[in-house]
Amino acid sequence: MSGDYVNLLADLKEDEVLKLTKERIDSGEDPMKILEDSRKGMGIVGKRFADGEYFLPELVFSGELLKQITELVKPHLKQEAETKRLGKVVIGTVAGDIHDIGLNIVDFMLDVNGFEVTNLGVDVPVEKFVQAVKDTKAPILGLSGFLTPAFDAMKETVEAVEKAGMRKDLKIMIGGGQMDNEVCKYAKADAFGKDAMAAVALAKKWIGAS
Amino acid sequence: MAREWTELSPEEKREERFKQWLSPPGVSFPTPQAEKAYKERVTRFTRAFKLQKPDRVPVIPPAMQSYPAYYAGMDMNTVMYDYDKMKSAWLKFLKDFEQDMDTFVPPVMIPPGRALEAVDYKLYKWPGHGISTSVTSYQCVEGEYMKADEYDALINDPSNYWLRTYMPRVFGAFKAFNTLPPWTSFEEIAIQNFVPFGMPDVQAGFEAMLEAGRESLRWLSVVGEVAMAATAAGFPGIMTGLAKAPFDTIGDTLRGTQGVFMDMFQRPEKLQAAMERILPLTINSAVSAVTLGGAPVVMMPLHKGADGFMSMKQYETFYWPTLKKVILALVNEGIIPVLFAEGSYNTRLDIIGDFPKGTVAWYFDRTDMAKAKEKIGDRCCLLGNVPTSLLMTGTSKEVKEHCRKLIEVCGKGGGYVLAGGASIDEGPAENVRAMMAAAKEYGVYK
Repeated sequence: MSGDYVNLLADLKEDEVLKLTKERIDSGEDPMKILEDSRKGMGIVGKRFADGEYFLPELVFSGELLKQITELVKPHLKQEAETKRLGKVVIGTVAGDIHDIGLNIVDFMLDVNGFEVTNLGVDVPVEKFVQAVKDTKAPILGLSGFLTPAFDAMKETVEAVEKAGMRKDLKIMIGGGQMDNEVCKYAKADAFGKDAMAAVALAKKWIGAS
Repeated sequence: MAREWTELSPEEKREERFKQWLSPPGVSFPTPQAEKAYKERVTRFTRAFKLQKPDRVPVIPPAMQSYPAYYAGMDMNTVMYDYDKMKSAWLKFLKDFEQDMDTFVPPVMIPPGRALEAVDYKLYKWPGHGISTSVTSYQCVEGEYMKADEYDALINDPSNYWLRTYMPRVFGAFKAFNTLPPWTSFEEIAIQNFVPFGMPDVQAGFEAMLEAGRESLRWLSVVGEVAMAATAAGFPGIMTGLAKAPFDTIGDTLRGTQGVFMDMFQRPEKLQAAMERILPLTINSAVSAVTLGGAPVVMMPLHKGADGFMSMKQYETFYWPTLKKVILALVNEGIIPVLFAEGSYNTRLDIIGDFPKGTVAWYFDRTDMAKAKEKIGDRCCLLGNVPTSLLMTGTSKEVKEHCRKLIEVCGKGGGYVLAGGASIDEGPAENVRAMMAAAKEYGVYK
């Protein structure tokens, strides 16, 4: 049954998966098990996205399904769900840029691939990036940007991290909209990733988990 | 004209529009040289759009938005609020790049800050208003401005929906417009209809609207001066109208990215019906924006159908059908749609070029241009593809070399306009010059 559940979620069968969630809760099953299955289902969604079978609409919709499942399960949880994580990543859209479609895809893909993601949101001032890296001790920082003003904001963010003395222990990737390898050089980041799959590959490479 | 406009065939309409663009009614050039230069430039673009060989590859400076402000040592915030400064910046750009340009974009993309403030516009943030004053562009705020259960209201009566539901959400000043009576029906003795207009908050909304109107007129007269100066100096404009793909109208303006993607699963029929409803509105407003004498061009920035956003099947189901209808309607009116595909469109190339030769142009940001030339270059004019990153952070030598290669690949036989992948808001002026120099050096047809 749990295999069916995983596949129903992965296939985005809204009615069926929600119905089954309720049934599993009503039958008194350990809610942690349901969440674990949801996680597996989302993992398949992520894989299908990486394989070019799924696109943004499927990611958005699966995220919505997961939200609905979590809301159903939450009242029955005794302890917070804890899963083993590969490593920490801090991400955010740089100052002066309020776009987050790409940022959220990267968040999603890092998450389903086992990373603990701290998503700082959009228009993030450099100090906030520095503070988050300090607080989380994340070894990886991902900077997102859609528009050309992000070129300088990325550069300034990298400089601020350097000034705070944290640059040598930190790998920085950039991505989004008008970003490319030229911008990566300009901002003195470590790598440019052309999509969310590239972000996952870079993160895995950097923590030695690939 | 001997025959009525409506009796003309699409080809005849197109010819007439190009003819009027070449000799715009009501424009008198100060010198014969300016007139000659204007006609040369219009002819250059016209031939490129029609897929004929011009004298050389035309070039659009990658400065359609706030670059002239940066170039004049100002910023976006300044020119959004000080129209005299805006004018001086754009005129400086016009003068300084006179020797290089084929077209000039007046500050039409610089909205009047005070008008937006008067109505408390929430769909956008702009420098000094929601984002730092030093930022060089305004940006759309993602949101679900239309709720999922409001499709029927939009479809049944769009005007009523905009006025009484959408506007109160998107403009702080029009919050009370939800109390207005619907104007879809009307009382013969219209007593009740006027009551809400007596309410102070409704009146405040209309006063804000009047103020935005006055401010927009002040702005427009300055933009008009700049545009006239450019035409008089021999520079045709290139963007006369703007239009969006119906899917993007739903996705950007109404439901937000999240919302529209959810609707593809949860209420696909409503989404389709809403796009069909918006279609004629889109067509009418685009066609009426293209007045005779202006460039017969409607620019269409395309967002959510790019590679990676949706699958080919989703594109063909949700995005392309209504977009294609807009394109065909413009073609039938003799207008060239310039489809600006942000991001890349590599996977769409097989289906997007199926139009009569020389009637549709594709402006590419990051699409593989060799592939584009091969797949649609025999029917559609191509524009764009000089990376903004290169223009802003590269050397002028690199820019020139990149342009040379682009011209070599896309310029073959005509049908290419050299242009940036998108516009830049800052960056070295020598890179902008290098791009335009490349068109002259490498783009000449023999």
